[in-house]
Amino acid sequence: MLLLGNEAIARGAIEAGVAFASTYPGTPSSEISLNLFQMSHESDLYFEYSTNEKVSIEVAAAAAKSGVRSMCMMKHVGLNVAADPLITLAYIGVKAGMVVITADDPFMFSSQNEQDNRYYAKLAGIPLVEPSSTQEAKDLIGYAFELSEKLNEPVIFRTTTRINHSSGIVELGPITPPVTRGDFTKDPLNLVPVPVVARKLHVKLLKNLETGRELAEKSEYNFTRGDGPWGIICNGVSYNYVDDAVRELGIEDKTTVLRLGFSYPLPEDLIKGFLEKCEKVLVVEEGEPFLEEATKAFAHEASLSIPVNGKTGDLFSRLYEYNPALVRKCIAQYFGLPYTEIKATDVSGIPDIPQRPPTLCAGCSHRATFYAVKKAAEGMETIYPSDIGCYTLGLLPPLSTADFLVCMGSSAGTACGFAQVTDKKVIAFIGDSTFFHSGIPGLVNAVFNSHNYTLVILDNGTTAMTGHQPHPGVDMTKLNLDGYGRIAIEPVVRALGIQHVTTIKPYKVKKSIEAIREAILYDGVSVVISEEICALYSKAIKEKQRRPFYVSDKCKDHKNCLMELACPAFYVWEDRVKIDPNMCTGCAVCAQVCPENAILPVKKETAAAK
Amino acid sequence: MDTTRLIIVAVGGQGNLLASSVLGEAALLSGISLNMSEIHGMAQRGGVVESSLVFGGARSPIIADGEADVLVGFEPAETLRALGRCNQNTVVITSLAPLMPFTVNIGQGVYPDLDELQAQIRDRTARLIAFNAATLARKSGNVLSVNMVLLGALAQTDILPFSADTIKEAMKRKTKKAFLESNLNAFDLGYQAAAGN
Ligand code: SF4
Repeated sequence: MLLLGNEAIARGAIEAGVAFASTYPGTPSSEISLNLFQMSHESDLYFEYSTNEKVSIEVAAAAAKSGVRSMCMMKHVGLNVAADPLITLAYIGVKAGMVVITADDPFMFSSQNEQDNRYYAKLAGIPLVEPSSTQEAKDLIGYAFELSEKLNEPVIFRTTTRINHSSGIVELGPITPPVTRGDFTKDPLNLVPVPVVARKLHVKLLKNLETGRELAEKSEYNFTRGDGPWGIICNGVSYNYVDDAVRELGIEDKTTVLRLGFSYPLPEDLIKGFLEKCEKVLVVEEGEPFLEEATKAFAHEASLSIPVNGKTGDLFSRLYEYNPALVRKCIAQYFGLPYTEIKATDVSGIPDIPQRPPTLCAGCSHRATFYAVKKAAEGMETIYPSDIGCYTLGLLPPLSTADFLVCMGSSAGTACGFAQVTDKKVIAFIGDSTFFHSGIPGLVNAVFNSHNYTLVILDNGTTAMTGHQPHPGVDMTKLNLDGYGRIAIEPVVRALGIQHVTTIKPYKVKKSIEAIREAILYDGVSVVISEEICALYSKAIKEKQRRPFYVSDKCKDHKNCLMELACPAFYVWEDRVKIDPNMCTGCAVCAQVCPENAILPVKKETAAAK
Repeated sequence: MDTTRLIIVAVGGQGNLLASSVLGEAALLSGISLNMSEIHGMAQRGGVVESSLVFGGARSPIIADGEADVLVGFEPAETLRALGRCNQNTVVITSLAPLMPFTVNIGQGVYPDLDELQAQIRDRTARLIAFNAATLARKSGNVLSVNMVLLGALAQTDILPFSADTIKEAMKRKTKKAFLESNLNAFDLGYQAAAGN
């Protein structure tokens, strides 16, 4: 059956008898959770969207320590948030298997950096596995659980976007019934890492690593193909490019390819043995020279003076992702093969094509809030620290409401620093899901250290960007799911001691501008909560939709609506502004912005005829 | 077995992913191996969606610049933007119905002239099949079937390693029952349009 990499991973988990799964959503890992969330409604699987990645590892670790197979998934930067529990968990260990999936994103298709999370395995001393194909993405999950149970350590399962978002034909295996209940045995002298315990645990971890290495030496996921003097070492998705290139270059009889799917702890003997048979070795791995540096060190230790290369000189780069042509070219170049590149179409002389950046949806409540904030701050010099979510898309003109961004939750923290050292008005934006994820500590800091800024919390009732996952502020009864609590944002903010808190409805433009103006003129920390459901989500859960609007002939062609709001429902036809009734959600913000009151709701009869 | 490399580019919401999954199903039905990869740069927020489908023996799920055998573009400017993925032997199929990028509406950039766009593509590739897929979709009875119209055109070129009938069978399995008839209509209209192009 044809499966997406992420679906194959979810299937692999079910086949492995996973009983407990937790996550904080993040592209490119989100479809794994989406699938498990759905399955959890129909099976014994426990699944949760945790507040953030750190919490998700903690809950899963406790389940695994109690004897329940658990899995945690997140995007690569999520592991930064989760690194604290993960690294010490390696000391403490688990009982039932625990697999931590990190979805790395070379080329940053949907991320703020392209960090290579294989280093977390090395940093923490945790075994690392990496699939090369969709089939392997499924199979390797089961292997990772077994490995985790052999070593009593969590295992890191690393993917890259091209594994998560590629589809391939997968053969399914049988499903193992999950063990859903566990028990916990008190053992503080092994489970509470005060210094004297931790010193002992570190010794145990190093021993485990050594056992792990022995397993990696014999693992079926570390294999060679071919039997020639030219060596190629590769991992993950690169293996596909290498395998295709070797065939296309017709050098099957000259090369030996070593594919490492269990890549930490590295199988030292296997690699040294491989090097001994090679005249020359090329390492093909996206990201950092993780395998390359280790291979060079092994060659040195084995007193082998063969050339080993990967990312030095004009071969591979640490940047971005690779592709079949690049890998073919580098292999040909390194082993001195004649090679003519396929000539890509010459695109010089082609007219400039207008960019098509993603934009906030038609009727997105963030656009309304951004507009109101800009009006409220008119004439002031501002800094807009932003955060991670759809609202980051506010960075482009005409909205221009994202000036600074580091990571999840950083708006609330960075705003403190800007407010302290500049004389500008600092207005920070954060989404509801991000607020719970890691925005609260920044805001607590602002109160404690008396910083002067306004935090605008964009509460649209979902985690929109990654595909509308729930978060602790979401009303789960709307999804017909019971058994959930719900945390309202306003009482949380008030409980922190913030004096100036207002809740606005952003589609009411004038009132919103007034309320925001008051908040930003307030001396001290103020919070504005802008409450309106995500337009796309509202459609998805089939809420009643408003009537669309149209531009009547009262329009005097100021184009304020178009130029200030940039809502994608507008288009220009024969130099007049029009509204696409199929896109318009009827938020009516443009109608309030139009100085001529020319934008009117489509009458009922015509709306029905649409 | 020979490898066939297909790239599909579209704007979010045009149904590119459904088209790919129909082709995936068709490959499965004919026992042809397939690796497919999707980049949906925030598809639902109006960004560009690209799928690469590699049929036949290769392991790689992606297609490098210059290596596409066929490029199918659901939107003319996006087809032009993807031209670097082609070479002089590539067959290009494009709809000629523009979806204005928002940047054009607010005066950042000019939409390329459609005649010039076709000339540019025709000059640099083996064959260009270009027609207004949106009009044909409307004619088929379902404005959203632009994807099926273009699949029909793709089937007409006979480049893929399976037949038009196999694709239709895959459509039966992968698309919603209520739309099947209009989708099959759309497919036939696209097939005919390519034949006369
Ligand atoms: S998904 Fe929701 S929050 Fe995101 S841009 Fe669209 S309407 Fe706005």
